[in-house]
Amino acid sequence: MALKIVKGSIDRMFDKNLQDLVRGIRNHKEDEAKYISTCIDEIKQELKQDNIAVKANAVCKLTYLQMLGYDVSWAAFNIVEVMSSSKFTYKRIGYLAASQCFHESTDVIMLTTNQIRKDLSSPNQYDTGVALTGLSCFVTPDLARDLANDIMTLMSHTKPYIRKKAVLIMYKVFLKYPESLRPAFPRLKEKLEDPDPGVQSAAVNVICELARRNPKNYLSLAPLFFKLMTSSTNNWVLIKIIKLFGALTPLEPRLGKKLIEPLTNLIHSTSAMSLLYECVNTVYIDVNTPPLPSLSLSLCLYLSLPPQLCVQKLRILIEDSDQNLKYLGLLAMSKILKTHPKSVQSHKDLILQCLDDKDESIRLRALDLLYGMVSKKNLMEIVKKLMLHVDKAEGTTYRDELLTKIIDICSQSNYQYITNFEWYISILVELTRLEGTRHGHLIASQMLDVAIRVKAIRGFAVAQMATLLDNAHLLTGNMQRMGICEVLYAAAWICGEFSEHLENPMQTLEAMLRPKVATLPGHIQAVYVQNAAKLFATVLKSQEGNTDSTAAQETSQLMIDRLPLFVQSANLEVQERASCILQLVKYIQKLQQKDVEVAEEVSALFAGELNPVAPKAQKKVPVPEGLDLDSWINEPPSESESEDEQPKAIFAKEEPKHSRPRREEVDEKELAKRREARKQEQANNPFYIKASPSSQKVYQEAPGVEHIPVVQIDLSVPLKVPGLPMSDQYVKLEEERRQKERAEKKKKEKKKRKEKRSGRGKKHDSGPESEEDITPAHQVDIVTEEMPEWSIITSYIFIKTKSYCVTVHVCSSRPLADSEKLPVRSHRAAEAPKSPTEDGDATSQEPKKKSSKEKREKKKDKDRDRKVRISTGLFLCLLGNHSHLILVSSGLPGINKCIQKSKLVFCFLPLTKVYDIQGNLQDGSQVVVSVIFENKCDSFLKSMEFNVLDSLNSKLQRPEGSGPHDGLTVPFQLPPGVSNEARFVFTVQSIIMPQKLKGTLTFIVKNEDSSTHEKLDFKLHFTCTSYLITTPCYSDAFAKLLESGDLKCSSVRLEGVNMPFHHLLARICFHHHFSVVERIDSCASMYSRSIQGHHVCLLVKTVSIDAKCDEPTLLGNVLDEIKQTFSQC
Amino acid sequence: MQFMLLFSRQGKLRLQKWYVPLSDKERKKISRDLVQTILARKPKMCSFLEWRDLKIVYKRYASLYFCCAVEDQDNELITLEIIHRYVELLDKYFGSVCELDIIFNFEKAYFILDEFLLGGEAQETSKKNVLKAIEQADLLQEVRIFLYHQVAEPIREIDCQLDSSWSRAATK
Repeated sequence: MALKIVKGSIDRMFDKNLQDLVRGIRNHKEDEAKYISTCIDEIKQELKQDNIAVKANAVCKLTYLQMLGYDVSWAAFNIVEVMSSSKFTYKRIGYLAASQCFHESTDVIMLTTNQIRKDLSSPNQYDTGVALTGLSCFVTPDLARDLANDIMTLMSHTKPYIRKKAVLIMYKVFLKYPESLRPAFPRLKEKLEDPDPGVQSAAVNVICELARRNPKNYLSLAPLFFKLMTSSTNNWVLIKIIKLFGALTPLEPRLGKKLIEPLTNLIHSTSAMSLLYECVNTVYIDVNTPPLPSLSLSLCLYLSLPPQLCVQKLRILIEDSDQNLKYLGLLAMSKILKTHPKSVQSHKDLILQCLDDKDESIRLRALDLLYGMVSKKNLMEIVKKLMLHVDKAEGTTYRDELLTKIIDICSQSNYQYITNFEWYISILVELTRLEGTRHGHLIASQMLDVAIRVKAIRGFAVAQMATLLDNAHLLTGNMQRMGICEVLYAAAWICGEFSEHLENPMQTLEAMLRPKVATLPGHIQAVYVQNAAKLFATVLKSQEGNTDSTAAQETSQLMIDRLPLFVQSANLEVQERASCILQLVKYIQKLQQKDVEVAEEVSALFAGELNPVAPKAQKKVPVPEGLDLDSWINEPPSESESEDEQPKAIFAKEEPKHSRPRREEVDEKELAKRREARKQEQANNPFYIKASPSSQKVYQEAPGVEHIPVVQIDLSVPLKVPGLPMSDQYVKLEEERRQKERAEKKKKEKKKRKEKRSGRGKKHDSGPESEEDITPAHQVDIVTEEMPEWSIITSYIFIKTKSYCVTVHVCSSRPLADSEKLPVRSHRAAEAPKSPTEDGDATSQEPKKKSSKEKREKKKDKDRDRKVRISTGLFLCLLGNHSHLILVSSGLPGINKCIQKSKLVFCFLPLTKVYDIQGNLQDGSQVVVSVIFENKCDSFLKSMEFNVLDSLNSKLQRPEGSGPHDGLTVPFQLPPGVSNEARFVFTVQSIIMPQKLKGTLTFIVKNEDSSTHEKLDFKLHFTCTSYLITTPCYSDAFAKLLESGDLKCSSVRLEGVNMPFHHLLARICFHHHFSVVERIDSCASMYSRSIQGHHVCLLVKTVSIDAKCDEPTLLGNVLDEIKQTFSQC
Repeated sequence: MQFMLLFSRQGKLRLQKWYVPLSDKERKKISRDLVQTILARKPKMCSFLEWRDLKIVYKRYASLYFCCAVEDQDNELITLEIIHRYVELLDKYFGSVCELDIIFNFEKAYFILDEFLLGGEAQETSKKNVLKAIEQADLLQEVRIFLYHQVAEPIREIDCQLDSSWSRAATK
C-alpha cells in the first residue's frame, strides 16, 4: 500500500500539470492542434491509472482544453470519478469540470445523484458548497426531482453560507421541477426574513425571478416586500424589489399608489445610478407583463408621478460624460417617448447634441429618438441638422443610417409632417450627392412617390429631375457611386411622365439620349428609352404648332440617330423598347416628310393620368360568376410566387414599370372638360377612392390643389452645383409662409376650433394647438384610408381601461391598411360572422337574444352533463355582455359557484384559456384568435390539440395538407402554473351575423405515475359589434353619408335606462366601438365602420336610437347587442 | 444572467461560464460571434449592445474583456457593477491580478466566480465574505499556486476605475 502511494507520487512528478500544459500550448503556437492531440493522448493514459491525484490532474487539464473548444465529452465518466473523491482538493476540481462540461444530455449525470446527495449532507460546509455550485450548472429535471428535498433541508442549514446557496439554487430546481415550488415556498418565504443579509438577498432574488414569470402567486407577499423596500439600504436588493413590484402592480393597481412615495424618495435621494435607472425603467417603461397584456405601474402612476421628474433625471444621465449613462438615458428616453411624447420633446436640444457624440451607438440611439420627436414645426430644423451630420459623417454605415433616418422621418405617416414638398424634393436631390451610398433606390422611390402623389409639386419636381438628368455625369462619375444612379431611374420617369411641366423638353430629351446612358444598368436604360419616347411626343406637340416644320423633323432625326445605340443593348428590355420606338419614330418621320400632323396621335400613345388606387380597391370589383380566384390555373412552383399574386399597393414602391404610363395634354379648356368628365367617371369607378369621409381628416381644411399657396422659387438664381437646389432656403421661406398663413387663418380658425371642440370632445389628445395651425403647402394624395392620431390614442385608452376591468376579452378589429399599422391596436372586441345566404346549417346559429340567466342555466346543465362523462370539461361562459368571454374548465368541485360570480373565476381552475381575437393586419377576411392557455392544476399538460368545427362562413386555417377536421397542435407544453399563448387564424367571409363556433381541446394530463387523455369542449362566440371599428368621422362627411340615400334605416328604444347621457354615449363608444360625430345637448350622432367597410350611423337620444347602415342585417344585430348592453346595467 | 465570457484582445477565450443549458456547438457559436462583435467596437464606445434578444454588457480591463449577457428586463448598470466586482475580487485574491494569473490559475478564477455568482445571480455582495470563503476552501486544498503578476504587467490599469458616482453607491 505504502509502495503504491510512493509510486503514485513518483508518477505524478513526471506528469504534466495544468501549468505545464498551458505553457506548452503557448510554446506551440504554430502546431497547437497537433500538440494538443498528443496532450489528449497523455491525458487518456493518465485517466486509466488508479491514482486519483493523477486523474484529477488530467480532468483539470481537460477542463482547460474544453474551454479552448475541444470536445471532452468522452471523459464524462472520469469526471464523475473525480467528483466522488473524498478529498476536497479533487472533489473541487471534479465539480468544476462537471459544471463546465456537463449539460442536460450528458447521460452520466444520472450516476451522480447519490454522490451529490452525499456531498450535500457532508459535515464539511465547503463540500456542500461545491456540490451546490456544481449542481446549479448542470441540474436536470431528474436531479431536481431527486434532490429537491435535500436542498430544501439545506435552506435551514445552520451556516448562512449554505443557506444562501441553497436558496439560490432552489430557483434552478423550480425551473426544472416545478412541482417542488409548492412545498418549498413557505420555507423560501421564511428566508425573506433571515437574519443573514446574504440569505435574505438570495431569497429576494429568487422570488423576484419567480414573480417575473408568474406574478399573481406572489401578490400576497407585497406587504412583506414593501417593508423590505422601505427598510433596506442594499441597492442590489432594492433593485430586485423594484423589479418585483413592477411585475406585481399590474395585478393590484392599489399597490401603485402605495409605491409612489417610496419610489419618488428613491429617485430623489439615491446616488446610485443603477438604482435610479431601475426606478425610472420600472415606473414608466415596464409596460407589458405576460400573460395578460395589462397596465403597469406606468398607468397607475403617471397621473401622480409627473413624467417630467423622470425625464429630468434621464436628462442628467444623458448629460453625464460617461458613455454608458448617456446610452442608457437615451434608451430609456425612447421608451418614455412612446407614452409621454410631450415631456420628451422638450429635450430636443439635448438629443440633437448627442448626434455629435463620438460613440456611434449613442448617435444611433439619438436618431431613433428623433424619429418620434418630429412635428410639423420642427421637421425642417431637425432635418437640416441631420443634413449637416450627413456631410460630416465618416464611415458609410453611419451615413447610410442617417440617410434612411432622414427619409423615414420625413415620410412617416404619409408625409404627415411635411408642410413644403419643394423643400423635401430639394433634400432628396441633395442626398443624391452623397458618395457611396447604398440607398439610391430608396431616394428614387421617394422621388417617385412624392411626384405622383403631390400633384402641386410636379412642376418643381420635373425641373429638379431635369437638372439631375442633365448632370447625370456627376452621379455616375465613378464606379463607387453606382448605388446612387438609381435616382436617375426616378428622374427619367418623372421627366417623361410629367413632361408637360418641362421648361425645355428638348434639352432633357437630348440629355436622356446621350451615349453615356448606355453605361447605366439595364433597368434604368429601359426607363430612359421609354420616357424619351414620351418626351418626344411632348416636343413634337410644341413644335408642330410652329410654322417651321423642320424643327420637328430634326427632333425625329435625333431620335433616329441615337436610338440604335440602345437597340444594340445586351439587355432585352432595353433592346425591345428601343427597337419598337425606333421603328415608330421612323414611321413618324415618314409622315412628317409628307407634312402630316402627327403630334396628336403620338401623344395619344401616352395619354391618360395616373390615378392613385387604394390597396383594397380590387375587393370592390365583383368576381364574375363561375370564376374561382382561389383555384390554381397551374400548380404553383414555389411559395414565393404565390405571393406575387396578391394585389399590391401600386405606388407603395417603385412600380412604374408595371403600370402603363400615360400622359395628359396640357390644354386649359380641355383640362377643365376632362376634370368634369373624370369626376363623373370616378363616381362610378370602383378603382377610384373617392374622398371618403374617413380618409380626409388632416387635409380636409386644405383648399383645392389649385389654390394652395405655393412658394415661388426663382430658379434662375444660380445654385451651388448648377441646378441642384439648396434646401436651406426653404426653412426661411417656410417660416415666412407660415407667418402669413397664421395671420390669415387666425380668424377662420377661431370659429372652426369651437366647432371642432364640440365635435371631438375630450378625446382629442394630439399635439399642441399650434401644430394644427400649420397647413401643408401641398396636398398629398392619401391613397390608403388613414387614421388621424387622436383616434388611435382614444382607442388606446379604451384598451387600457378594458384590460383593467375585465380579465378576458374577445376582440377583433378591422384589418388594417398598411399605412395604419400601429403598435397599439390590439384589443377590440371581435367575432366571426356568418352570412345567412351561405349558411345552410341554421341550427348551429343560436338565437342571439337570451337573457343572461338562461345562459347560466344552460351552462350549468352542460356542466353537469360533462361531469359525468369526463373529468375535465371546458366551456364557454358569456359574462355580462358581448365582449367578455371566459373559457373555464370544469371538473373541480365548486366550479358552478365560481362561474356565476366573478371575472376572476379562472384563478382557481385547473386550466384556463383566455381569448383575444383580432383581425388580421393584412387581410379583411382573416381573424387572429390568440388564446392564452394557463395551467392551474398540479399536473403537467402536454400534446394539446386545438380544433374548431368549421362552418361555411368561418374556417380555422390549417397548415397545407391537413384535412378540414384535423386539429392544430399547440406548439408547447404546460407545466403546472405556467401559461403560454398560441395564435390561430380564422378565415371569415360575412360579418353581418353573430356566430358561435364549437371546438374541442384535447390534451394529455401527466401526473407522476400516470397520464390520461382529456378533452375539453368549448364555444367561440363572435358578436357583430365587435367587428365594428372605432372610426372617426367629421360632421360634414357624416351628413353627406346620411344624404346619400344608400343607407337603410332602423331604430330601437332604450327602456329603463337611467344614466347620464354622457355615460350612455361612453358606453356605446366603449362597448360598441362608435365614435361621437357631434353632440347637441341630449342628442348625439355617432359613427362606426365594420371591418368590411359598412358604415353604421347612429342618432342617439336619451330614450331611443335611430340608426342607419348599408347592411340591414348587420344593423339589426348591432342594435340588438346595444340594447342588450343597456338591459344589463 | 445567461453567461459570462472573458477573452483577450486577440479573441482568445480565457473563461466561460454558462448559466443556461446550451449544447457545446451553440456555446461555441455564440462566443465566437460575440467576441468578434465586441472586438470590432471602437474603444470609446459604450459598454452595452443589443445582440439577438439579449443585452450584452462588457468592459475591458487592460488586455482582457469581461462580457456578460443578460435578459431584456435586467439592469445594465448593475451588471457592469458585477463585472467590476469580479475584477476587484480577482485583484484582491491574486494580489494584483494579470492575464497570466487567470490563464494559469483558471480554476481559481472559476472558484472565485462561483463564490460570487450562483446560477447567474449574485449570491454574495460583500467582497470580504467571498474572499473569506475562498481562502478557507483553499486551506483544505494542498496545492499552492504560483502568482504570475510578479513577473507580468497587472490587469488593473487606468481604465479600471468605474465612474465613481454609481460604483460608490452600489457598493454600499
